[in-house]
Order: sequence, then structure tokens, then C-alpha cells
Amino acid sequence: MTHPAALRAGAEGLAAALPPLLAQAEHLATTVMMGEHGRRRAGMGDEFWQYRPAHAGDPAHRIDWRRSARSDQHFVREKEWQAAQSVTLWVDPSQAMQFAGDGRHGTKADRAGLLALALSVLLIRGGERVGLAGFDLPPRRGELQLMRLAQAFVTPAQADDYGLPEARGMLPHSRAVMISDFMGDIAPVEAALTKAADRGVRGALVQVLDPQEEDFPFDGRTIFESMGGSLRHETLKAGDLRDRYLHRLAERKDRLAALARVTGWQFTTHHTGESAQMALLWLYRALERVR
Amino acid sequence: MFTLGPIGFTTPALLLALLALPVLWLLLRAVPPAPIRRRFPGVALLLGLTDDEHQTDKTPWWLLLLRMLAVAAAIIAFAGPVLNPREARPGTGPLLILADGTWADARDWPRRLDQIAALLTEAGRDGRPVALALASAPPTGPVQFQGAEAARTGLPGLAPNPWEPNTEIVAWAEAQEGPFDTYWLSDDVDRDSRADLLAALERQGQVRVFQSPRPVYALRPAQIIDGALTLQALRAETGTPAAPEVAVIGTDPNGIERELARAPASFGATDTQVDLAFDLPPELRNRVRRFEIVGERSAAAVSLTDDGLKRREVALVSDRDSTEAQDLLSPLHYLRQALTPSADLIEGALTDLIPANPDVLVLADIATLSQLEEKQLLEWVANGGMLLRFAGPRLAASDISRVTEDPLMPVRLRAGGRMVGGAMSWGEPKTLRPFADTSPFAGLAVPDEVRVSAQVMAQPDPALAERTIAALADGTPLVTRKSLGAGQVVLFHVTASADWSSLPLSVLFVEMLDRLAITSGRVDPGAADLAGQIWVPEQVMDGFGQIADAGAMPGVAGEDLARGPRSATQPPGLYAGSERRVAMNVFDADRPLAAASWPSRIAVEGLSSAVETLLKGPLLMLALILLLVDILAALWLTGRLRGPRAGVAALVLAGMIVPQDAPAQTTDDLALSATTEVVLAYVITGDARLDEMARAGLVGLSQELTRRTAIEPAPPIAVNLETDELAFFPLLYWPVNADQPLPSAEAYVRLNRYLRTGGMILFDTRDAGLGPAANSSAEARHLQFLARPLDIPPLEPIPHDHVLTRSFYLLQEFPGRHNGPEVWVEAAPPDAEQAEGMPFRNLNDGVTPVVIGGNDWAAAWAVGSDRAPIYPVGRGFTGEKQREMAYRFGINLVMHVLTGNYKSDQVHVPALLERLGQ
Repeated sequence: MTHPAALRAGAEGLAAALPPLLAQAEHLATTVMMGEHGRRRAGMGDEFWQYRPAHAGDPAHRIDWRRSARSDQHFVREKEWQAAQSVTLWVDPSQAMQFAGDGRHGTKADRAGLLALALSVLLIRGGERVGLAGFDLPPRRGELQLMRLAQAFVTPAQADDYGLPEARGMLPHSRAVMISDFMGDIAPVEAALTKAADRGVRGALVQVLDPQEEDFPFDGRTIFESMGGSLRHETLKAGDLRDRYLHRLAERKDRLAALARVTGWQFTTHHTGESAQMALLWLYRALERVR
Repeated sequence: MFTLGPIGFTTPALLLALLALPVLWLLLRAVPPAPIRRRFPGVALLLGLTDDEHQTDKTPWWLLLLRMLAVAAAIIAFAGPVLNPREARPGTGPLLILADGTWADARDWPRRLDQIAALLTEAGRDGRPVALALASAPPTGPVQFQGAEAARTGLPGLAPNPWEPNTEIVAWAEAQEGPFDTYWLSDDVDRDSRADLLAALERQGQVRVFQSPRPVYALRPAQIIDGALTLQALRAETGTPAAPEVAVIGTDPNGIERELARAPASFGATDTQVDLAFDLPPELRNRVRRFEIVGERSAAAVSLTDDGLKRREVALVSDRDSTEAQDLLSPLHYLRQALTPSADLIEGALTDLIPANPDVLVLADIATLSQLEEKQLLEWVANGGMLLRFAGPRLAASDISRVTEDPLMPVRLRAGGRMVGGAMSWGEPKTLRPFADTSPFAGLAVPDEVRVSAQVMAQPDPALAERTIAALADGTPLVTRKSLGAGQVVLFHVTASADWSSLPLSVLFVEMLDRLAITSGRVDPGAADLAGQIWVPEQVMDGFGQIADAGAMPGVAGEDLARGPRSATQPPGLYAGSERRVAMNVFDADRPLAAASWPSRIAVEGLSSAVETLLKGPLLMLALILLLVDILAALWLTGRLRGPRAGVAALVLAGMIVPQDAPAQTTDDLALSATTEVVLAYVITGDARLDEMARAGLVGLSQELTRRTAIEPAPPIAVNLETDELAFFPLLYWPVNADQPLPSAEAYVRLNRYLRTGGMILFDTRDAGLGPAANSSAEARHLQFLARPLDIPPLEPIPHDHVLTRSFYLLQEFPGRHNGPEVWVEAAPPDAEQAEGMPFRNLNDGVTPVVIGGNDWAAAWAVGSDRAPIYPVGRGFTGEKQREMAYRFGINLVMHVLTGNYKSDQVHVPALLERLGQ
């Protein structure tokens, strides 16, 4: 049995990091009205679905005596089948997500974590199971899972410059969400998506970008370095590069969109300068669509 | 010194550094602007992109040029460039620096001091001993040469004198021994002693002369010509037209000096003298104090005026029983003739004339005066008027001043007078005895033809001798005088017409009137006028033309004063004699002003307008500005003026450019906000909590006033006693704090003025009603300190019939947060009585200037921003009732302040009685 003092210290240390993110996510989640999504068929669940005449073989305790008393038949009360989905999240933990632009909107990682956790709040309240890609945190349900997810999202970034999408640990025919800036090499993304699609996993790609990445408001002699410092590019007139950069960015988006179309996924681009709520709504609708 | 055209360099060697500029050019050209490092995840997309142009890997030429210019400017600046460098003054051995030190030096005295300081520096560098001397105040004994630094200590003490050097300086220069060079800072004005002094100095050694190019102006004394104030402006140099402005300075009716008129003195190219005429109304003219050339700091540019400019107002009291006599027989005819040119005459009945407050009032043969007239006359004479009476048949026949001396007569008179030299009398008509030295007429020549054939006779009296200021040859008084209060009464024992004597026909009559300060109009007092008196300086001018009180300067004999010239013992200024004041100016009516002329062998410096100017500062400034521009250009080139961090750069730039001073709030704002609406005010005590409570209290009271009455006050204003004007506020709430500092003396003056002019202060000691009489709490004691310098009338506790008890609500107690027993107001007059059948006494008018209590009213009134009370009062419903009564007291108080004793008016008694009965 854990000593109460140690337990409490641990709990407080955990809670110290979590509440802001969790509270923010909960706040964001409350803006989306949702209820339990039924399967429109009888099954295991809490909600009433229909009364049906009792057949032979129905155990006696399933007979609804109150309904049966009003007629000569025996009725069985059926409940709606409420099956839980598994949703696997992958949030890019790389250095590139730590970019905060001019500092007004916070880092991309913050926004990605917020979106992921808010979505988790919504899904878990909806009775779904949510987990992380890979084998660290398999999909589970319940508030405790929320805490674990939050803990995972506030862990420091990895040292890699650009994140490699994780397609392992996805249950077949489950749902998945990938949140990243997709600035790095496109090939691993392609591989991961294809792998997931092969296993019947559908989902959504969210590209989180900073407004500066979208505008490229730079000029003059500049040395651009990646967030981890592994890549660098020097230019004498940064202003001249703008058009070509924007062209490449558009190409990248087209590529991702095409990839998503092929694999049956949804794709959107979200900017940290915009409201997170828009992205959350989109995400929620996207998951419903494939469901 | 290495010179290049008009520019010299103190350290020309540094200019060699300019050779390094081309090297710098190459160096700078090779170094492109430093890149910015940016963290940017999108770099993955940038990889492989190349720049189109290769322009900015070298510094652009214009930026190079900018930097070269900046460096060149700095190099040249440190080489010490001097525009119009002054040639070094050769010479060794002792140097005498002689400044004329006259009024003419004052026009550019600081520059002369600079010149002397430069000379001292130079002499110090060359190791020459120096001596400083002012020609207008020559030192005594042999000249003392000393080190330049020691001599420099005497420099700040030098000041120009308002007089000019005389022969003393020549004698002093001739008495010197040993060779020395002289540097003579001349004042550019020609005078006789100059050539002698130059000769004496040239015997000692080389003489160099400095003269300022600034023109010398002077003003002559003003005169009245044809009723206009006329004066001449002079200048020494000719050649260019000039138009300095001459201002007439005088007092306004409040005694404050103001400019009364102004006119340009337009000198043509060849003029040295310009006549100016100011046609001012007599009232203005009598107030003129001086003329001055605007902007000229020199004693000669100020012309003081004296009594001579004043046209006196003389009132002639005309005969009451107007006879049909011819003009020549009128006693006033000769007076009119004598006075008209120089005085303003008014005529009329005595009671009409006295309110006009004339300077002199003439009663010619008027003996009896009504009681009212006599009273007015006495008062007028005592206030400084001069009553001039002439004898005549009626005075001789009357009983006035017969037995006892009439206050309006200088002596007692015998009945009847006497006739001499007539057909029915013995003896010859009498001549005049020469005037005694003590007489104001002393020095006037007595013409032989003046004969007196009749006069009124003075009774022998102990005081008669000293009151006689003119007498006949046989010793009988002809003119007597006594002083009465600030004025005087003078009696001519003869008529003002030619009936009794030929005096009014002679010029002596005019001169005597003049001496009696009856007439005026001459400006330049002649030697004869000044002689025989001691003139005491009242105000003297310094060399700059500043007028100062003379202090305890000794008087000057009139003869010396008339002889002139101005000197240390008789500086220009205003001198007071026994009867009048004369102005002694630097220039009298006929002294010429001419520029000094120097022999050709003398080198005269300072005439060229080119001034030695150090260019180091401006050049360094230029270099700095260029570098700043370079910073901007470099920022712009590297893209830092655009992009994400541009805001920071712009902010820094704005911070460098925008001067950071916030405009101070003017008192006009306070006046406007305090007067556009009724506003309650509280005194800032320095205790923030207390001030906030007072403010909240007045807010609450204002709110209730707006709700219940026609008074709708604006938000209350905090008043700082030290700085704010109080007159705008009908009511000041003053919570007393035991550690509040006492206001300054000026603040008390303002407070007293406020109280006297109808303001009211509500003192609140907040000590639960242990009122000022109890003398128990710290606040009450401090209130005594605070209120001691205030002009507070006797106080009493509010009587039951005070108007405060019924100015809006009917009240008998005045609670605040506490409900103390006593609130003190101005005491009713002791004679206030209660009329029969009236519930209230007839009390004093006006508003009580103070209300003193300790009930902590502000706390009861105070409301917060939500309009709910802040502080608790009492308990439960009783407390709320007490708060209501506190509001009622506040409303009564403001009503009392604003309506005065309106509710005390007995007109309202029936209505009030009716209400009281209910």
C-alpha cells in the first residue's frame, strides 16, 4: 500500500502540470454539444431502445413486468446497442512543433495537444476509448485515461527535428487522428498512412501551422535554422524566397490532401492564429463522418 | 595653426587620418551586413532554393558613402576646426586689461567678460602677469600685476557703472611706473579724457583696443512741448538706418508697472538724433515713470522722469456771489494766466471740486466755509492736498482765525489788515525782503518793482517766524505756511489780483507758484533750482539701467548735482529735495553722443563681425547623425525594419525621437470643472484612506442631493490647499487627522480670504463628538493648531433656532456615524432677541464660515461604486435612521451654504409653524 503522503505528493505533482491543459481542453470540449451516439439497433447499452415480445429462451429476469402487466403478452425491454469505438491519436512530439512564431499564439505543440485532449474529452464522454499510437497508452475509456493522455501531451518534446508518424498499435477498423505540421519528409507520412489504411483504419490529418509559416514575413540576409538546428539554409534576400516557399507549402498541402483522399482520410490545415474551436468542430465532424 | 581658407585647425596632424579612408572603403565594402539567425521549421521547404541576385553580399555604395562621411566628419572634428580663427596676440611682459566699465559697456557686458576671460586664458598660457582695471572706477595706487588665475577670480565681480571715467583715470595712468602692455576694452563713446589716457598708456607700452560693433543708444530727458511728451533718442554711429523702439513705462491705477506707449525711433542712415513725441492723456502722462529703449541694457537707454512731467491739477474755487466785475478785476484772472501754460485748471464750486482730488486748491479771498465744506477740505488737505489761500477784502473783514487759529489758516489774523502808501496812510508801499535760506523761495531774485500796498496782518505768535516763508521789507509776513497732515496750507497775505500789490503782475509770482510746486513743465532743473538744497537719492540706476532703491546713500548738495557729471557719489536716479523730486539721467538736455575716434596707429579689434567659432561640436554632431542614419539604413537593408521584429525597432526609434514630457494640468481645468456645475470639495489630508472616505462621503451626499433637492452637484473635487484656488467651492469638507501637516502661510492667506468672502469649511474631527471644547482627542487638539491662523469668529453650539435646523429638513440633532452632542457654528450676535410670539430669534445675516463637529459625517454619507453605503452606522433600523438623519444634516448644510439665511427669513414662519404644529 502506497504511503498516503507519497501518494499525495505524486498526485499533486501530476495535477500541477495537468490542470491547465485539462481545464482548457474541457472548456473547449463543452462548446461542442454531444450525446451518446447510439447504434440504432438493440444491444448492450443504457438507453431504452424498444419493447419486444418475449421469446422462448429469454431469461425471466429480462422480462419487463411493468410493461407486460398492461397486456396479456410478456415483453422484454431492449436497450440500444452502444458500442465503443477505439480512437488512436498521434500528436507530433518533435522540435518543429515548438515553433511559436512571434509569440502571440503559443507554440504549435500547445495547440496540437489542446486539440487532441479536447477531442479526447469529447470522445471519452461519448463513451469511446481513446489511446495513443504506439504501445505506450492503448485505447481505454474513463476519466483516468484522460489524465494519462494529458500527462502524455505535456511531456517534453523529443529531440528530433521533424516527427515520424506512428501507425503501430492501431486496432483494425478503428479510428485515428494525426496532428502534426507535416513539414518534414513526406515519405514516412505516406508509409504510415498507407499502413493504417491497409488495416482499415480511417481518420483525420490535422496540419497545425503558425501564421508565420503561412506568410513568410522575412526579408534581408537571413540564416534559417530548423528548431533542432539540424537543418540550416542561408539566403541573402529572404524576401525573394517568399513566393517559392509559399508555392512549396501549397504543394505540400496538395500532396497531403491527395494522400488523404486516396486512403479515405480527412485532411485540414489549422493555424495557431485561429480559434481552436473551429478545428475541434471539424475534427469531431470528421470522425463522425467516417463512423 | 594650420589654416585652410577661413578654417583653422588646432591639431592638423589628425587630418592625416583622412588618408586611411580609402582603406576603410575597401574593408567596409568587403563586409556585407550581418545576417539574422532565425529558427524556422519551414526551413525544410526552403532547402535547395537559391538567391536570384547577388546584390547585397557587398555593402551598397551609398551606405559606404554614408559611413565614410561619418568617419571623415569625426576625423575632421577631432582635428579641432575653427571658423575665423583669431590671430595670436603677440607680446610678452605684464598686461593691463582696462575696461571703460561705463553704461555703454553694459549693452554687451557678458561678451566683454568673455573677451577678458579669453585674454586671461591667453595670458595664462603665455605666462604673462595681468591686472584688471575699470576706468570708471580706477584703482588706487600702483597697478598690481598678478597671475592670470588670480586675476580671474576678480572677473565675476566686475560690473559696469552708470557713470563715465573722468580725469582720475588719466592721473592714475600717468602715475604708473614700468612698462606694460595695455588691452583696452573701449565703450565706443567719445569723451575728452580719452586722448589723454591713450597718451598716458602708450608711454607705458603697446596699446591695443577692442570695440564692440553693437550700436550705442541713449535717451535724453523728456520735456513737455505743446502738451506732448517729447524726448530725443541719440546714437553714436551713423551709416545704417535703425529703428529701436522706445517704450514709455508707468504705473497702472493699481501701482503695477506697465508699458503705456511705444514708438520706434527711426534713425535715417545719417541721423544721430531722433525726436520722439508721445501725446498721452494727462492721466496717463502723470503716471509715466521712465522711458526706455526696448531691449537695450544700458543706463543711458533709460530716461527717468520726475515731477516736472506731471501737469498738476489746480482747482480754482470761483466766487459764489458772481459779480458783474470785469475779468481783470477778478481775483482768479492772474492765477489763470500764471497757471494755464503749465497746469490743468478746473473751476467750480468747492464741494464739486474736492471729489476730483486736485493737487492744489486755490481759495482766493474766500473767508467763510460751510461746516461740510470745511470738513471735506480738512480731510483733503490731511491726505496730501495743498490749499492755497489769498487774502482780500472779505478775508480781512471776516472774523476767521481771529481769536483762535483756524485749522485751514496758517496763522491768526488781526482784524482789518493794513494799508500802506495809500492816499490816506503813512509811508510808502513796501518792497519784499530777500528770501531767507530756509524759505522754499530761497534763491529767487526779488524784482524792485514789486510793491505791496495792502495786506492782512498776522498776529504775533511763537510759531509765526517759522511759518513765514516770505516777508516784506519791514518784516511783516507776506506768505505763511503750515503743514496739516500730509498736506499744507499756504496763505498769501495779499490778493491774487493787482488790487493790493503788484506781485501778481511780476514774474516773481509765477516763480513763487513754481517753487510751491504748483506749476511745472520745466524738465531740466536749472542750477538755480537745485542750488541751496540737499538732494537725497531715492532711486538709483546701475550701469544696466536697472532701477533700485537707493538705500542709505548720502544726499548731494544741489550745486554739485547741477554741475555734474554723474559719478559714484551722484549716480543717475531720482533725487528728492524738500519740495520736489528731480530725475538725474545719464544724458542731460545738451550733452552730445559721438563715437570714439582712434588714431590710425592703434589697432582696433572686434569690429569685424566674424566671430571665432569652434566647429568641433557641430561636426561631431554631424558624425553622430550620420551614424544614426547608418543604423537605420543597415536595419532596413537587413530586413529588420520589416518583418516580425519591426515593431520593436519602430518603438525604439519613436522613443528616441519623441520628447517625453507630459503637459502639466493647468489650474484652468480645475476652475472649469469647479465652476461649470455646483461641486462639493474636500481637503486633501495626505492620509489616503481618509481622503478616499471623504470623497466617497461627498459622492454619497451629492447623490442624495440630486435625488431629493434641486441641487445636482458634479462629482466632488479634491482640493490641495497649497496649490488650488478655493474661491470656486461653496463648501469645503475638512476631515481632521492628527498627523496632518499644517498648511503653509500662503495657504492660510487663501483660506482666510475664502472664509471672508463667503466660503464655508466643515471641520470634522471624527472623534465621536468629543468636540473642540472638550479638548480631549488628538484630532481636536490638532484642529486647534490648524484653525489658529484662521479668521474664525466666536463660536457656539448650534442653537435650537439656527437656520441649519430648518434650511431644508427640520432637524434638532446632526448625527454622522457618531451622534455627538455638540456641533459648533458662528455665534449669534449678543443682541439677537426673540420677538414676542415668534419661535425664532432674528439672527445674523450671512452664512456661518465654519461648522465644527466630530460626528464623522463623511463615513455616514459614504457610498461605494455600487451606490450602497460603505461604512456601518449604528445597528439595524436605528442605524439606518441615523444615516438618514446624517444625509438630512448634509442636505441642510449645503442648502444653508447655497441659500444663506433665506430660511431664516421670517416670511416663512407661518408655514414653518404650521408644520411644527403637526
